[in-house]
Amino acid sequence: MAEIKEEKLEKYLTPVRKILERYEKKEHYLIPVLQEAQEEYGYLPEEVLKEVASGLDLSLSQVYGVVTFYSQFHQEPRGKNIIRVCMGTACHVRGGDKVLEALKDELNVDSGETTEDLKFTLESVACVGACGLAPVMMVNDNTHGRLTPEKIPEILAKYS
Amino acid sequence: MSKINLTIDGQTIEAKSDQSILEAAREIGIDIPYLCYHPDLSLHGACRVCVVEDLESGRLLASCATPVGDGMKISTRSMKARKARRKNVELLLANHPNDCLGCDRNRHCELQDITYKLGIQKEDVEKYEGDRRELPLNTVGPALKRDPNKCILCGRCVRICEEIQGVSALQFTQRGFDSIVTTAFDLPQAEINCANCGQCATVCPVGALTEMSEIEKVWSALEDDKKHVVVQTAPSIQATIGEEFGMDAGTVVTGQLVAALHRIGFDKVFSTDFAADLTILEEGNEFLKRLKGNKKLPHITSCCPGWVKYAEHNFPDLLNHLSTAKSPMQMFSALSKTYYSQQSGIDAEDIYTVAVMPCTAKKFEKDRDEINASRFKDTDAVLTTRELARMIKEIGIDFNSLPDEEFDELMGESSGAGTIFGTTGGVTEAAVRTVKEKLTGEPLERLNLGFRGINSAELEIGDRKIKVGIANGLANAEKLLNKVRAGESDYDFIEIMACPHGCVGGGGQPRPATNEKKDKRAAGLSNIDVSNEIRKSHENPQIIKLYEEFLGEPLSGESHHLLHTKYKARPKN
Repeated sequence: MAEIKEEKLEKYLTPVRKILERYEKKEHYLIPVLQEAQEEYGYLPEEVLKEVASGLDLSLSQVYGVVTFYSQFHQEPRGKNIIRVCMGTACHVRGGDKVLEALKDELNVDSGETTEDLKFTLESVACVGACGLAPVMMVNDNTHGRLTPEKIPEILAKYS
Repeated sequence: MSKINLTIDGQTIEAKSDQSILEAAREIGIDIPYLCYHPDLSLHGACRVCVVEDLESGRLLASCATPVGDGMKISTRSMKARKARRKNVELLLANHPNDCLGCDRNRHCELQDITYKLGIQKEDVEKYEGDRRELPLNTVGPALKRDPNKCILCGRCVRICEEIQGVSALQFTQRGFDSIVTTAFDLPQAEINCANCGQCATVCPVGALTEMSEIEKVWSALEDDKKHVVVQTAPSIQATIGEEFGMDAGTVVTGQLVAALHRIGFDKVFSTDFAADLTILEEGNEFLKRLKGNKKLPHITSCCPGWVKYAEHNFPDLLNHLSTAKSPMQMFSALSKTYYSQQSGIDAEDIYTVAVMPCTAKKFEKDRDEINASRFKDTDAVLTTRELARMIKEIGIDFNSLPDEEFDELMGESSGAGTIFGTTGGVTEAAVRTVKEKLTGEPLERLNLGFRGINSAELEIGDRKIKVGIANGLANAEKLLNKVRAGESDYDFIEIMACPHGCVGGGGQPRPATNEKKDKRAAGLSNIDVSNEIRKSHENPQIIKLYEEFLGEPLSGESHHLLHTKYKARPKN
């Protein structure tokens, strides 16, 4: 049983090992390696971080310190679609918080969480630079503007 | 490096250009308070408690991180500097539990000390209404506990773990207000690459990092009429515990230490130095065997449990070079429940063995799976030097006025060789003394190795040249062992101590500790060796008796069963 598990893990770790092969064993490559690994796995699971630590000759704590410092790195699986709701000044004034509430209700998650079916991750961000369309949210690379809570179910349906 | 002139608090002085303002001020008797600075570590400049005012520009400078400059005019005490310093300390206290009463560092806390000196009052702190951290404590041990709520994020522990130990088990994690110092995934230190050396606890200015206390366990055993409680004290304790009672570093207080232990109520007071002599006979003979057969060289010592765990994580390929001899503590404990039980007629089941150690890793070592040779738990409790001092204080023993007393018979005698186990280079010197005399019949001249960093020496034993290497501090050990691994070294014998200076600099020793203090402790221990009538382990009469009456000879079957152990590879991360 243990051997099968070991084999599975080996296979699981192949992509991160391939990434590491392309970098010198130096501390300052930590961030690019983590970015590539996250791209590959969708998030940064513990086993992958262990591999990164060994691959760059760092301690696991050092890697963990960097991963928890930057908000770009995620330790939990992420949804297929990432929703970023703007909480900037313009959006705030025009009811961005109501949009966020509607999303929370619709998806049944809190800000920063991922739905159980892994379809959506909900996040709030400071400003997406589309104040003219306030209140606004982004789903993946698409911008949705002039939102009202009522429009939310229809937009989400396009992504499910 | 040139000399420059600057003015500090109105005094014009000459300083070296590579000195910091803080160092230059200290030389003229001005102590600028600080929290994140530590003389043996790199600069961090985070606490801003050491701010001083540059009178020319009116700017506030972190004196620990600012080099002196020619013509500088500095005030360490201007209203502006004092106000800023005070504000910075107040803000630290605003997110600190301030429950000094129940804190391990009460009266020995650098933050408390500065708070008192600056005259900060309760209301000065309570006026701040911000959030406070309320995080769970990490008390899984078995060696160390962490209280992230008390942590002031000075980073000394992070730096010593990285710079001196090369381990980096502790790191800053998260960011902003959520920043805490912790291990990867908040895992217990026993489950990660942490060596349990406790160096982090020796530099922590507050009560955020400290040993898992076993004091109450020991009091309970002492109270239990059915238990026969024996205690052993490690070689270094006699040269360090005096500091807890106001004495200078390096003051040797062997007789008073024994007297205090008798007064606490231990049934027998024995010496780990005795077991160190035994380790030398076992390990010395093992080395001799390897030397003759030219096998498993370099021979690497294994008496330091911090080093052993580090090796298991980082040098699993060299584990077969480690001596199989147990540490003196574990040898002693195994014998306390076999040999001592037999000689005293006391049932081993009723014997409770306490070890007073300079070390936090010993608390981990006593719980290792492969270590219970006597059929019972060999070591029941490990107390650090600090814990023992606390017990002595608790029951009101006036340590300084105690008369000298002698260790008890049977397992109390030691040679100077056993004693110097407590400092870097000591194990090597002790082993080589016995090996040389066994091989050639000639006594060894003193090796006189340095106390800091990596040292090596070559000596002739008969027609054979032997090269010994010694490293203390795990980052130094790594450097030395990487050479062994790469096949670039020709050492025959290597001694590794996890803590800087060896056990005198151990994680369980009195705080605060600096390299300067540790030099003095090491010198104190070496003096005991010089003045000891018996200087070689194999001449210790109690050791001779032990072999004659119980063990047979070094490396015999019984020795092997009780006094030797094995190691296991552990993952690097």
